[in-house]
Amino acid sequence: MSLELSGRVRQGSFELDVELSVDSGETVALLGPNGAGKTTLLRVLAGLQALDDGVLRLDGRTLDDASGDVFVPPERRPIAVVFQQYLLFPNLSALENVAFGLRARGTPRAEARRTAAGWLDRVGLASMGRRRPDQLSGGQQQRVALARALATEPALLLLDEPLAALDAATRNDVRRDLRQHLSGFAGIRLLITHDPLDAHALADQVIVLEEGRITQRATLAEITAHPRSRYVAELVGVNLLHGTLRGGTLVLDGGAELIGAEAGLADGPVRAVIRPQAISLHADRPHGSPRNVWSATVAELDRHGDRVRVRLDGPIAATAEVTAAAVAELGLHPGDPVWASVKATELDITPA
Amino acid sequence: MTPRPTRRPAGSRRRTSGERLPWPALLLAVVAIAFFALPLVGLLWRAPWSQTGRILTDPALRQALRLSLVCSLWATLLSLVFGVPLSWLLARIHFPGRSFVRALCTLSMVVPPVVGGVALFAALGRRGLVGQWLDRWFDLRLPFSTAGVVVAQTFVAMPFLVLTVESALRQHDRRLEDAARTLGASGWYTFRRVTLPAVRPAVVAGAVLAWARALGEFGATITFAGNFPGRTQTLPIATYLALETDPADAVMLSLVLIATSFAVLVGLRDRWLGAGEAMVAIDPEASR
Repeated sequence: MSLELSGRVRQGSFELDVELSVDSGETVALLGPNGAGKTTLLRVLAGLQALDDGVLRLDGRTLDDASGDVFVPPERRPIAVVFQQYLLFPNLSALENVAFGLRARGTPRAEARRTAAGWLDRVGLASMGRRRPDQLSGGQQQRVALARALATEPALLLLDEPLAALDAATRNDVRRDLRQHLSGFAGIRLLITHDPLDAHALADQVIVLEEGRITQRATLAEITAHPRSRYVAELVGVNLLHGTLRGGTLVLDGGAELIGAEAGLADGPVRAVIRPQAISLHADRPHGSPRNVWSATVAELDRHGDRVRVRLDGPIAATAEVTAAAVAELGLHPGDPVWASVKATELDITPA
Repeated sequence: MTPRPTRRPAGSRRRTSGERLPWPALLLAVVAIAFFALPLVGLLWRAPWSQTGRILTDPALRQALRLSLVCSLWATLLSLVFGVPLSWLLARIHFPGRSFVRALCTLSMVVPPVVGGVALFAALGRRGLVGQWLDRWFDLRLPFSTAGVVVAQTFVAMPFLVLTVESALRQHDRRLEDAARTLGASGWYTFRRVTLPAVRPAVVAGAVLAWARALGEFGATITFAGNFPGRTQTLPIATYLALETDPADAVMLSLVLIATSFAVLVGLRDRWLGAGEAMVAIDPEASR
């Protein structure tokens, strides 16, 4: 099964022009800044907006063909959407919300309710079926929205910023649950987000959308080492390290240790984000305020204008971003040894 | 609904200072209240209470009351059947001349009802634009018939429903309809299970407004349908005529009209609206 889109949509002065293909079994995150066209792309895929040009195919079936005059309306596409604000029907109970898609497709009421109850159970809300959306917490609403989408057994699942409406405290839990539910879904999964952490946690591949164009498609590690644009470098291309917090010290999965400045975090599995700009490179072992200093090997240099991304091998696999002048002064080449340092305050640690 | 004014902590002497009206405004407001209350008090004062039994059992009055209720409920039903789709069209479909159509469909709210009656005559009278064909082909004559009363009442009442429902449809989150469609719902199913429940309070409120307008309708009715007891003489018309022959009866009939409207308003509010927010258009207090 696969999704193939090659087409254009115009909206006033904005134009979305993308070529995209996603296979089933992988979760692809569509990352981009506000106004990049993420929502427009979602609406095109869901059938809420027609292509001005081009073709959309799902599983070999043409859903939208601007030249051939084919347009399958949203209610006849095997596509389900988890919307950003969930958009649960406020007048229906959680159970009726989940049963809605089945009822709309003509499933008898009793059977639809049975199936819906099964889905609610799967997302851990078996006892909440009779509640109305406004009687559920944000995280619970998100799970109802997910169950409602999955209950229609779609071939393509679209998730529009599924975590954006949640507060930071519940977001980590919901993200972990979502990851588990997504892995149980056999169809094509496309996640729209502006948060690289969500992309890191949920997706195998990242597609970067900027100003209506796809600017990069790769795994996150590749994107961090070789960002193709300033936006990607600034917001997406960050170092993500997995490890365990033990008494204030972050022990990475590889065994290396880093010191963070996060107070009040409980010991346990965590994720740490370090912006490449926060890592300094030195010819000799530095003595100063940075608490974290390690010896590394230059693996790769990737130049963008006057800045250079330096991928480092060693105890901590990370990418640093420095100026071209600094690279020249240090005389860095692939294979060279170098000292790296990062301040404890630059580690952004969150529970995994 | 609206956020409450912030109050100072309890115990502070000026805790309600933000809500105090300057005295001239307060005086004017009290005059306004008196303006609405006095006519009601006047009716109660002038009412011939000793003759209550005679007037209320008068077959002519009962006939007029029954006719008023039947016709106004028919007018409400017709307003719902045609008005809800019309509101939908005005709220959702972009077409050239939409504001002209909206003005046309709500014109009868602002023109004098007598003018409405004359216009209905021109269109649906026996020699009217459409009426002559209704007469010739279907042997259907609306003027001076009970059906004519319903037509006249619907003509002036429907705009109240249309404006109320249209405004609710405009405020409704259309993304909910998008969500329904991605779940496989057809347009009709979406309307029935998503849109209509969302605007139901507005539909009820609009229907109540339309009904109240139809019940009180006088000018268009007497112009288009005349004044035949048992056929077209509704309670407002009977009241007006009674004023010339027997003012005491007119007062009693007025009280009956007021009591009927009041009973229906209160009954509807409890039964349909509960603690909801629907009556805002009529009664902002209801939603507090």
